Amino acid sequence: MTDIPVLEVEGLNKAYGSIAACRDISFELWPGEVLGIVGESGSGKTTLLKCLNGLIEADSGSVSYLPASGEAKTLDAMSEAEQRYLSRTEWAYVHQHPRDGLRMGVSAGANIGERLMSVGARHYGNIREQAIEWLEKVEIDPSRIDDLPHTFSGGMQQRLQIARNLVTAPRLVLMDEPTGGLDVSVQARLLDLIRSLVRDLDLSVILVTHDLAVARLLSTRLMVMQRGEVIEQGLTDQILDDPQAAYSQLLVSSVLQV
Amino acid sequence: MNVSSTGYNFAYLNEQTKRMIRRALLKAVAIPGYQVPFASREMPMPYGWGTGGVQVTASILKPDDVLKVIDQGADDTTNAVSIRDFFKKTAGIATTEVTKDATIIQTRHRIPERELEANQILVFQVPIPEPLRFLEPRETETRKMHALEEYGLMHVKLYEDISRNGQIATTYAYPVLVEDRYVMDPSPVPKFDNPKMHEMAALQLFGAGREMRIYALPPFTRVKSLDFEDHPFEVQKWDEPCAICGTIGSYLDEVILDNSGNRMFCCSDTDHCRSELENAAEAAQ
Repeated sequence: MTDIPVLEVEGLNKAYGSIAACRDISFELWPGEVLGIVGESGSGKTTLLKCLNGLIEADSGSVSYLPASGEAKTLDAMSEAEQRYLSRTEWAYVHQHPRDGLRMGVSAGANIGERLMSVGARHYGNIREQAIEWLEKVEIDPSRIDDLPHTFSGGMQQRLQIARNLVTAPRLVLMDEPTGGLDVSVQARLLDLIRSLVRDLDLSVILVTHDLAVARLLSTRLMVMQRGEVIEQGLTDQILDDPQAAYSQLLVSSVLQV
Repeated sequence: MNVSSTGYNFAYLNEQTKRMIRRALLKAVAIPGYQVPFASREMPMPYGWGTGGVQVTASILKPDDVLKVIDQGADDTTNAVSIRDFFKKTAGIATTEVTKDATIIQTRHRIPERELEANQILVFQVPIPEPLRFLEPRETETRKMHALEEYGLMHVKLYEDISRNGQIATTYAYPVLVEDRYVMDPSPVPKFDNPKMHEMAALQLFGAGREMRIYALPPFTRVKSLDFEDHPFEVQKWDEPCAICGTIGSYLDEVILDNSGNRMFCCSDTDHCRSELENAAEAAQ
């Protein structure tokens, strides 16, 4: 760990008309850390995530990113070209719905290869080799490399989306409900996979979820959001075992016990 | 036909429209491969029949120009004949079927086999000017991609081709990189013609009427067909010579002769075929 955070957010605000989606949010993300963001629907989790990689422009506040080259820079200070370059090299964004993050009209191999080709890979054999390697890593049968994503199940599509994002070895991964809409057994395998990838590749991750079990399993630190504000943050175990804010207590006590 | 006697303007379009198109052409020549928007006019023909090409031709036509129009390489197809007649009627200019005599050649789907010269202009009819269209349908996004030189997606298409067909199966409208900057759709010419665009002596103008875009390749512009290191760009090849003139190395059309499956391959460029025949006859004498 270094002493400079990968991502530093200060006083971030974003409103949709009169509705405040994010209010005065500040936090830091350290290298190798998995930060979970939990909260009810409409609490501003996804908006926050989209502000972080420039998909949405924040109204005020700053987001500063530390690239591999070493000089931290705020999103405002980056040109659009720089931002778009980062978003296909050092950043990854895993959408809640794989259809939003995949290119549905081209094969699984092309989906994985797209980021490679966008940074200049021009050797078909090498691109294909890497695609196969990644399919294996996310436990998709490599013989399906030439199949279109819509022939894949929901869980496979999600894993394909993760492979497509991680192929350029990003440093910062933003995940928006990566396990939403999957059945529990598929969820468990996917969580396992994400956990091992995070460890092996030393990723810094921000994970948005409404599922506390997912948060507990993956994240080291947790932020609880309600109505656009961060109402509590701290170590995951600390928050889940001893929630302080009223809403956090409600959230923890609402988890169904089987 | 002159202006005073008929009351009609030379070459169909009014001077204001020509001026607007010429400005777009100048910009296009200044930025090779860049698609310049222009206010395309309604033309007396349906979209897809060369409304863009006709507007470009009308704007650059001078009374002493000699016009040749080809469609799939042939001078005698409907599209070619009607556009040639259109300009004969509205501009009173001379027309020809001989490539070397023409000063302006309007074309759909081919570049003549004969090497073009510095005093000639080639005008392409373009249906879809945006090479990225089929992978990224949003025009706002593709424009941004052109602006920021983000062309990885073009290779995704070629990758798909290879993974499905074992080779790059795109045979026409094969994307090219112009002067190491803009990726351009060379209009639906067969990829056989792509190498001819590279450092051509003649000016090449592209008009897309429905899509309202004009782009250009000034003379001697570097044009490179996109490919992979391990799947290099190749043009089509035929095992046999043209069945009519007997030359090898020209682009051949397959012609079905009867219902029992007999066929022949002959030059798609009719002027090239005819001149090869004449040369052979001369040599025989």
